[in-house]
Amino acid sequence: MVGKLKGQYGSGIREANTYLGQNYMIVEPSIVSELLRILRDGEQFDYCVDITAVHYPEREKQFDVIWILYSFARNERIRVKIMIADGESVPSAVSVWATANWLEREVFDMFGIRFDGHPDLKRILLPDGWKGHPLRKDYGIIQQDQEWVQANLGIESGQ
Amino acid sequence: MTDRTLTDPKASDPKRADPTRFLSHLDLDQPDRTFLDSNELVINMGPQHPATHGVLRVILKLDGEQVLGTECVIGYLHRGVEKIAEHRTYTMFNPYVDRMDYVAAVSNGLGYCEAVEKLLNIEAPPRAKYIRVILTELNRLASHQLWLGTHALDIGAMTPLFYTFRDREEILKIFEKYCGARLTTHAFRIGGCQYETYEGFERDVIKFLDFVPPKIDEYEELLTTNRIWLERTKNVGVISKADAIALGVTGPVLRASGVKWDLRKAQPYAAYSDFEFEIPIGANGDTYDRYTVRMEEMRQSLRIIRQAVEKIPEGPIMAKVPKVMKPPVGEIYHSIEAPKGELGYFIVSDGSTQPYRVRVRPPSFVNLQALDIMVRGALVADVIAVIGTLDIVLGEVDR
Repeated sequence: MVGKLKGQYGSGIREANTYLGQNYMIVEPSIVSELLRILRDGEQFDYCVDITAVHYPEREKQFDVIWILYSFARNERIRVKIMIADGESVPSAVSVWATANWLEREVFDMFGIRFDGHPDLKRILLPDGWKGHPLRKDYGIIQQDQEWVQANLGIESGQ
Repeated sequence: MTDRTLTDPKASDPKRADPTRFLSHLDLDQPDRTFLDSNELVINMGPQHPATHGVLRVILKLDGEQVLGTECVIGYLHRGVEKIAEHRTYTMFNPYVDRMDYVAAVSNGLGYCEAVEKLLNIEAPPRAKYIRVILTELNRLASHQLWLGTHALDIGAMTPLFYTFRDREEILKIFEKYCGARLTTHAFRIGGCQYETYEGFERDVIKFLDFVPPKIDEYEELLTTNRIWLERTKNVGVISKADAIALGVTGPVLRASGVKWDLRKAQPYAAYSDFEFEIPIGANGDTYDRYTVRMEEMRQSLRIIRQAVEKIPEGPIMAKVPKVMKPPVGEIYHSIEAPKGELGYFIVSDGSTQPYRVRVRPPSFVNLQALDIMVRGALVADVIAVIGTLDIVLGEVDR
């Protein structure tokens, strides 16, 4: 499968490897939208298990965005990973897997990564007016949006 | 293994599912489309509502009694579990995972321990794996009992609640005797189990295995052919196979829609490949099917526990684990079949003692997303039934 995809995309697929028995691909952000669709339609990865991100502040391309896919027919998993800079947006997968809706909203909420083409990108776990994205590495573990807490909860601090 | 894959690939063809159907966006700012129709109204259900099983707020747009659309507002229980993980060592984070799905804490712990073990490239000894299976399956039973009791209570049947809680107590007693805690057990450690089974553990478990099957029959007697139960659950909250797959729904909800897929069989972990059991599935994907699937799962769990107790090997319960855990740099995704569905852990290690990132793939969160498509066009009373049948735990939805 990887060979076939590599033939199609050439250097678009930067790395395809296996670690601890798990397959993953690191690809260019420009091809990911098409690739995800091909994985679903051509390779039977019909179940999108999870979408998540990891923040590496010291890197130039600060974020990894990861799709974990599963195929019922092949009983196989694959992870697709792209690297993007802060402020760059990612194509939404909602039109490929409906489940991406909430998963992308959570990534947006926690990391501030925007998904192009998402029908309703807004916070999901934190309140709408909250400032900051807690899973970024520069966000402290006890940090809060004090203004929001004071305005909405009527208390000095949530701590 | 025979039950590995779907038999009919076409049935799950996602291309047939039009994705825009799944989008529910209530135009709350928009005036009613039909000016003269004064029946259309928007109401809030929750966040403090006994039938939402925690603090879930559902905005309902109604036309009289009929639901036009819903939107879930979640996050009331958000504690930042994933953030906490980045500030704790691998061992220290272990008890935190119990607080996500607090009615199935043992499953959470199993998934986390196994994920870290994979990352460390160690394996728990066989005896530890068997103890893990026994406790996890007991916990599945406890979780399903709690689900049945509360779900039936929501629909209006009060007795099952007392029955299921009475019998669930026996499981909690076994947990308490094993590790001292009843709910957030922290039963397992990375590399195996902390505690050897107590004197008489096998006897207690076998006693329970003999005690509970007639009780399950008793629950069924109350509900399975009960006219009111049938009216309230048959053809309520139907979700098709294709929709369920497109929405990433897992666990009993997926199986009730006819997908024979269970991670314990598809990608066996712990010692599950040693045991014989069936995967019950439903045909219609309605609330009643989800009920029958879970009832049968309880019996299958008992079957697994009996085999495990009979075959439990002797030996150590803890693998050789370094005092200071520093997994090599890398990423791992490991998932297990929790009572609610696929519970996955995606862990990134940077080679230090603390995980660089822990992502929890919560089954309840993903399953809850299906609420909208399941209740659209139904009645308000059905919303209650569907929230119950999805078997969500808000501690896990919000993390």
